[in-house]
Amino acid sequence: MRNADLNSGGSKQRRKERIDRGIKARSSDVFALSSWREMLYLAAPRFIPIVGCLMLPLVLGIYWQKVLLSVAVFALLAISWDILEQSGMISLGQALFFGMGAYAAGVFNHYFGWSPLLTIPFASLLGGMICTVILLPVLRLRGIYFSMVTLIIPLMLVRIVEATKIFGGTEGLSGITPLPSKWLELYLIVGALLGALFGFRRMMGSDYGLVLKGINDNDRSVMNAGINIYWFKAQALFVASSIGAFTGAFMTHVYMFVGMPVFALDYSILPIAAAVVGGPGTMAGATLGAFILVPLSEILRGIGGLRIVIYGLFLVVFIVALPEGIFHYIQRKYHQFERWVEV
Amino acid sequence: MKPSPLLRVAGLYKNFGGVQAIQDLSFDLAQGELLGLIGPNGSGKTTAVNLITGFVKPTEGEIIYRGQNISGLPPYKIIRRGIARTFQMVKPFYQLPAYKNMIIPLYSPRVKKMVGGKYGDRDAVALDLLEEVGFERDAFVAYKSASVLPQGYLKRLELAKAIALQPDLIILDELFSGLSLAEVASIVPIIEKLRLEGKTIIMIEHRLKELFRIADRIIVLNFGEKIAEGLSNEVMESDAVKKAYLGAEA
Repeated sequence: MRNADLNSGGSKQRRKERIDRGIKARSSDVFALSSWREMLYLAAPRFIPIVGCLMLPLVLGIYWQKVLLSVAVFALLAISWDILEQSGMISLGQALFFGMGAYAAGVFNHYFGWSPLLTIPFASLLGGMICTVILLPVLRLRGIYFSMVTLIIPLMLVRIVEATKIFGGTEGLSGITPLPSKWLELYLIVGALLGALFGFRRMMGSDYGLVLKGINDNDRSVMNAGINIYWFKAQALFVASSIGAFTGAFMTHVYMFVGMPVFALDYSILPIAAAVVGGPGTMAGATLGAFILVPLSEILRGIGGLRIVIYGLFLVVFIVALPEGIFHYIQRKYHQFERWVEV
Repeated sequence: MKPSPLLRVAGLYKNFGGVQAIQDLSFDLAQGELLGLIGPNGSGKTTAVNLITGFVKPTEGEIIYRGQNISGLPPYKIIRRGIARTFQMVKPFYQLPAYKNMIIPLYSPRVKKMVGGKYGDRDAVALDLLEEVGFERDAFVAYKSASVLPQGYLKRLELAKAIALQPDLIILDELFSGLSLAEVASIVPIIEKLRLEGKTIIMIEHRLKELFRIADRIIVLNFGEKIAEGLSNEVMESDAVKKAYLGAEA
């Protein structure tokens, strides 16, 4: 190849070069742009998901619009899981956050008649606070011990609701006010998803996020910098549980019902599956995972009894074939794009 | 009259279950002094450091720093008062480039207090600090991921992380272990520079030759007890030290 080029004489020599070589200035977050095309190369991966998400509600039918709600909810729960994972807390209890927010919104709407536009932000913060306080005593636990506690608490809460018959007991609370319009519903959740995705990606990329990642990597070393790791972990927990509580509060008003199913295991497990399939540690991976797994589960609905088997098979194939996660794979390939340059 | 010491350790005891890791350890450390802490393996040197920095709680005894009892405080509170340490087993954040490792100590409330609330650009400060400990700026070593750096650089990074906290007392836990003679020779001037800046230093070392050259005073531990204290040539003359090291230093 090289020889042929040399022998061709006269004509200019060309070789292939990775596009990002000229753009990246050694570090992954400093760029040197010299053309619109290079700008586009950087902007496209951010631009496409934004436009795509904003367009989706317009092009989908009623049924798939409902699926989109569910996709966005699970994507947000997966982002919430990912924030905790990056801060060194493996949670198996996203259902706790979801359920807390759902009940908070339901109770304030049902008993006090607050409008959804008030209950949703309020329940997000209140739910986040309650979850953080519940989990404060176990912040010292690491690894599987923390996970076990997060797994058990939502299951306990279900039984408490059942036994004490509070908030409607097994019947739940129905007749919750819906959101004023379908479009508000769709764009509220899509906007929240995009805001959370880009906002929290930025947060984790900042020096503050670096401290959180440091806790995951080596908590003693962070402690050795005079940083109170439990305070930082509590902050991460509050952020993550508020996101979860937001989705719960939102779904309460979509279903116009809140009851024991909000603490179901699905809300804990599916977000983890989405984050793992998509690629943990980026939040974009978690979102991508939700955009694949939730519609997949809908498509398979027609199959009937074997649905779970095929769904499980898909999961296994994804994880075996791309253990790094789909997003990491795509990201790597994107950075390897080449162009011809003149030498 | 002697000025009051920067650090006073008085009657310190620590047992792990039935094991007496530290027994009745007492010493004073004056501002600007370089104290060498030596002893055979398992003699309690690292435990002593863990006790001073709060990673381990003492069973009994007092640690007075600047006239205040700090024993039993959590590590982050002790470190905020100006005591920084390195770990014998280096603890870098392997996923990150070397200079990003520095961001975490630079994020510390201690640094905020020292620079008066103005951090400036942490990346730039990190690169400057790393250059000081020998990360050649021209070779871009500081941009390399910590996971690919050789041991010598990881030890320097560990030292830089401690220096970044602008401490008054620096505790170096076997900084020289696992380094070549040339690497040690290149780190010694950094330590001497810290002394010129008036830092107080405790060094735990097995490399006695290098330590004796720079230390003001040596404390020898064996089975958690202080068996000798004094100038370097004095302690090595002591019978108790000879006995403790016999076999250990064949």
